[in-house]
Amino acid sequence: MKVLVPVKRVIDYNVKVRVKADSSGVDLANVKMSMNPFDEIAVEQAIRLKEAGQADEIVIVSIGVEKAQETIRTALAMGADRGILVKAVDNVETDVEPLAVAKILAKIVEEEGPGLVLCGKQAIDNDMNATGQMLAALLGWAQGTFASKLAIEGDHASVTREVDGGLQTIKVKMPAVVTVDLRLNEPRYASLPNIMKAKKKPLDVKTPEDYGVDVSPRLTVVSVKEPPARKAGVKVADVAELVDKLKNEAGVI
Amino acid sequence: MGNVSEPNGADAPISMPLGTDHAEIREAVQRVCRDFPGEYWRGLEEREEYPTDFVAALTENGFLSALIPEEYGGLGLPLRAAAVILEEIHAAGCNAAACHAQMYIMGTLLRHGSEAQKNAYLPGIASGELRLQAFGVTEPTTGSDTTQLRTRAVRDGDGYVVNGQKVWTSRAFQSDLMLLLARTTPLDQVTKRTEGLSTFLVDMREARGNGLEIRPLKAMINHNTTEVYFDNLRIPASALIGEEGKGFRYVLDGMNAERLLIASECIGDARWFTETSTRYANERTVFGRPIGQNQGVQFPIARAYAETRAADLLVRQGCALFDAGQPCGEAANMAKMLASEASWHAAEACLQTHGGFGFAREYDVERKWREARLYQVAPISTNLVLAHIAQHVLGMPRSY
Repeated sequence: MKVLVPVKRVIDYNVKVRVKADSSGVDLANVKMSMNPFDEIAVEQAIRLKEAGQADEIVIVSIGVEKAQETIRTALAMGADRGILVKAVDNVETDVEPLAVAKILAKIVEEEGPGLVLCGKQAIDNDMNATGQMLAALLGWAQGTFASKLAIEGDHASVTREVDGGLQTIKVKMPAVVTVDLRLNEPRYASLPNIMKAKKKPLDVKTPEDYGVDVSPRLTVVSVKEPPARKAGVKVADVAELVDKLKNEAGVI
Repeated sequence: MGNVSEPNGADAPISMPLGTDHAEIREAVQRVCRDFPGEYWRGLEEREEYPTDFVAALTENGFLSALIPEEYGGLGLPLRAAAVILEEIHAAGCNAAACHAQMYIMGTLLRHGSEAQKNAYLPGIASGELRLQAFGVTEPTTGSDTTQLRTRAVRDGDGYVVNGQKVWTSRAFQSDLMLLLARTTPLDQVTKRTEGLSTFLVDMREARGNGLEIRPLKAMINHNTTEVYFDNLRIPASALIGEEGKGFRYVLDGMNAERLLIASECIGDARWFTETSTRYANERTVFGRPIGQNQGVQFPIARAYAETRAADLLVRQGCALFDAGQPCGEAANMAKMLASEASWHAAEACLQTHGGFGFAREYDVERKWREARLYQVAPISTNLVLAHIAQHVLGMPRSY
């Protein structure tokens, strides 16, 4: 089985995000960019499937700027086999919207014929949480979202989903799109020898035109603002004082 | 001392990368270092322990085999890649001294050892199974005046018998093999004092308790350093590297690489200090405004940053020359000196910026400050670098 894993290059989760002075968006100039952490979990899961003998090839796809190549190389260094970069924009600040991404991915799925697409549940930059679902709809495939556990059982996959109030386990028919959540696994680090080997793994460069997809944005960002700063809390001496404050100051109990 | 080089380093033009070179290696190092925060290092100091887990993580991820050629199981990367690895370790607040020697001591074996020796040891060193990170050179009575060392190796039948003492031998307890420099021909029987010294690869696993004794040496920083005593230690003739009597030269040509790698650690330290200083100066509010608003606080940090950038260029030049196979002694020595001074100035600015909190262990500033001070003394002192420049680069008379 071939596994396809789309990955997105996003602002690194350790970077303190700053909004641009004109409120047009987040400042991405000279900021560290990395693979979306949820996509990293998807890559790790694909590698584990390969190690368990349930997958034989892992193809990484990234849609974005030229530099997204680095993100693909990171996935190749972790253990994926080859990559496809779809160079869709020149400016790192132009986001390719989920529907355009899903349309391109659908075309790539048609070409590559994977048995499973593993996506991060969402990208930490825009938190859209949409690409995986849209892709499943475009393909007419089953989908299992927010996976915290995944088992491939013949022509079905068992997906344990993190839902409000607990865990829900569903059985989906393969081929399927599975979007992964934080607790599915802990991604490995790429070792130095594997980083070096990854440089020699094949990476195709394509454009949206190759797939006949229009990536021009449908959304207009009106303004981006920082959330209000959190005010300092207070320390209470004991439970009695806490209850008193909740009752008489906050009025919540 | 290093190789003599032409002014500006080289005849043929070479190029060097500016900016964030080897970005993927830097990122991989940062990820490993994230698991070893300040509290890990503070805990080790309190217990005077070796950073076993940190070294294991670096080994597992292949970083320490960077310079070993692929045919012996290493990665065959250029010196600049190794320099970047060490720089990032120090920039992350960690310290590479516990294992950096595993990267470069093998250079003497690689360049001067026999094919049989290389095949016997290098693959094990590359995998981390064999630790070659102790280098027995310095003695209590002969510091930088290496040719006067007194440890003797006397040929006896099918081997050598070693007697003497080494000091400041770091990581001897954490090494399986030691590179040893000992005199095989007495000083009064050689025409040049640099002759008659030989290099041996001593298997410490066999030697300990059989004529080799190691004692810990407590020091200002947690560098796991020791004193090593040789009392009629018998080693096989096969332990000799290259030709007998030529060991001094074998050891010298590894020193430029060492200086450039240490200089890279200084650059990393300086980055850590400057980042820490800047963050604190922006956050700490006294008299109703951040202390970083005062030029008296800003300027030492800014000056050290400028010094760091300049030293970094020299480190990059030295690595580029080394990797192009050109003489790099001048650049390596100057890079080490300037980088160690830049990191020290950054350390001083950082401690002063933090005021009383700089002395609190939990800020890690005092630990890094103590660690940074070492590099003006080791692996070569600033005065000897200046003497090298004066004599070998500028052509003034030998001063010592």
